[in-house]
Amino acid sequence: MKRFKGFVKKEFYHIFRDKRSLFILFGMPIAQILLFGFAITNEINNVDIAILDYAKDAESEKIIQKIKASKYFNIENQIDNEKAIESEFKNGKIKAVLLFERDFAKKLENQKKATVQVITDATEPNVANTITNYTQSIIQNYQNQKNTTQKQSVSIVMQTRMLYNAELKSVFNFVPGVMTVILMLVSAMMTSISITREKELGTMEVLLVSPLKPFQVIIGKVFPYVFLSIINAVVIVSMGYFIFGMPIRGSLFLLAFESILFIITALSLGILISTVSNSQQTAMMLSLMGLMLPVIILSGFIFPISSMPLPMQIMNNIIPAKWFIIIVKSIMLKGVGISYIIKETLILTLMTLIFIGLSIKNYKTRLE
Amino acid sequence: MSISVQNISKSFKNVSAIQNISFEVKSGELFGLIGPDGAGKTTLFRTLTTLLIPNEGNAIVAGHDIIKNVKEIRNSVGYMPGKFSLYQDLTIAENLAFFATIFGTTIEENYDLIEDIYVQIEPFKNRRAGALSGGMKQKLALCCALIHKPEVLFLDEPTTGVDPVSRKEFWEMLKRLKQKGITILVSTPYMDEAVLCDRIALIQKGEILKIDTPENIVSSYKKTIYDIKTNKMHQLIEHLKKFPTHYSVFAFGEYVHYIDNNIELDLQKLKIYLEEKQHTNIIIQKATTTIEDVFMDL
Repeated sequence: MKRFKGFVKKEFYHIFRDKRSLFILFGMPIAQILLFGFAITNEINNVDIAILDYAKDAESEKIIQKIKASKYFNIENQIDNEKAIESEFKNGKIKAVLLFERDFAKKLENQKKATVQVITDATEPNVANTITNYTQSIIQNYQNQKNTTQKQSVSIVMQTRMLYNAELKSVFNFVPGVMTVILMLVSAMMTSISITREKELGTMEVLLVSPLKPFQVIIGKVFPYVFLSIINAVVIVSMGYFIFGMPIRGSLFLLAFESILFIITALSLGILISTVSNSQQTAMMLSLMGLMLPVIILSGFIFPISSMPLPMQIMNNIIPAKWFIIIVKSIMLKGVGISYIIKETLILTLMTLIFIGLSIKNYKTRLE
Repeated sequence: MSISVQNISKSFKNVSAIQNISFEVKSGELFGLIGPDGAGKTTLFRTLTTLLIPNEGNAIVAGHDIIKNVKEIRNSVGYMPGKFSLYQDLTIAENLAFFATIFGTTIEENYDLIEDIYVQIEPFKNRRAGALSGGMKQKLALCCALIHKPEVLFLDEPTTGVDPVSRKEFWEMLKRLKQKGITILVSTPYMDEAVLCDRIALIQKGEILKIDTPENIVSSYKKTIYDIKTNKMHQLIEHLKKFPTHYSVFAFGEYVHYIDNNIELDLQKLKIYLEEKQHTNIIIQKATTTIEDVFMDL
């Protein structure tokens, strides 16, 4: 036990004296959460739009005034034909065009129904989506006002067209994703690097010729990272909760349990990587290419799995991060209990056991 | 017997590193492995410290079989690899404390053993190991290898890359450790260090060429060696190699070492020969035989 304590103390010295690893450990989670949190925000302000008003009557003018009055939109200019829409978008000055049909007021009066078209530049899907929602609520508001003062109710039909990217995907929730990436990064990459560093600097040779057993060396190496990863998970979840209002509907205890399980999965992967690489650089490349990219791209964090081709969807099943993201989303957003995520939990457990088994098989107590 | 090596061979894939090596080191002996880079010294050290399994043969170190009793050996030997293998981001004191802890001992317990060495680096004990000079690093590494009071100490090229003064100090430390009863197996590529060992093994291309005390090795060398120096050192070796009765010629410091086939060399004849080749300021004198001369002849 004293040996173990001495070893862990040494590991902490390594971590706290290496500014780069300290930055990755604590700077990255905070930076990522803030970046994702504020960059992928759904709020829009002062978006430039254009108006194409074929009606030019009292009703359309009132709606335009209402839109002008809101802080969300800024009417950049008025255009007079549909051909101009395309060029306005291509110039990139505006994000949306509001098109009022001919005889807007008259139709509203006679047919009780008129159409406003909202055409958005969907190269930025989130912005396009939000603009549509905001305009819709402004027009809805106007319609309601009108209906309370009139006997016969009217309806303004809103047609939306998303240009350049018709199939909009819903905004993902970034907290589970960032948490997965960070735990993977800290646990797998940092441990694999810290173990291979001993090999590279030759200190592993000295450790091997010492009474320390291999498992003592490994546990001593990963223990500090379990501890630091838990701190990171807590930081990420609380930032999500307090700064971005991410709900935690399920049990915190369950969330903690699943996070620790995933940390252990990632650590065992890190140990496995360190058993097959001899230099820090190899370990880093393996972790980055083999872990980080799949976690970011294939786990469903950024790109929805359902829209990937079938072979890739099948391949995704071997990525531990995929299961953890499902677990975290289920607990935090749906508030489910263990019985709903038992399958995912068992898969992660099985993966962990396989990784540990392979690591033990690959771990060398000698130099060859 | 502290170390007893029997017919050890080790090869990596198809490249043979050491072949059929056997030797014995007595308790409390300072035994040197002398040989150039790539001779197989490090492979031999790693085999004896259980880091490599020999393809053939076996060895007993401190009474334990290196193949079967790995755990016992790892408890009773001290090993200092050729490459500086301490934690560069830990201070001297932290490194020492760490190695004491993992061997289940404390610095205080075996302080008498390392005291002589440690006092020299103690003024810098809060300095990180990475910021130490080569000589200080080696002293620290030696302290760390000694902290658990090993029966046998393996030092793989401890003085490579260390300045001459520190090298001298280092060998004095080894002598004192020997007096404390620790068996030491040390390797070095420096021939001048060989005479400081009790016995040496000359090793080249994975094979041991000779094992004896340094004195015996030198005195058993029967040929006479001459130091030769002229104004045209560049051509000297070439010209000497064309001298009919030459045996071997090689550069040795500021002189060229020349060995003749005849035990009694006619110095006058050699001088005339060199003068014919336009050499002037010719100095020819008998040299003292060194280990290096013996080594070059093997």
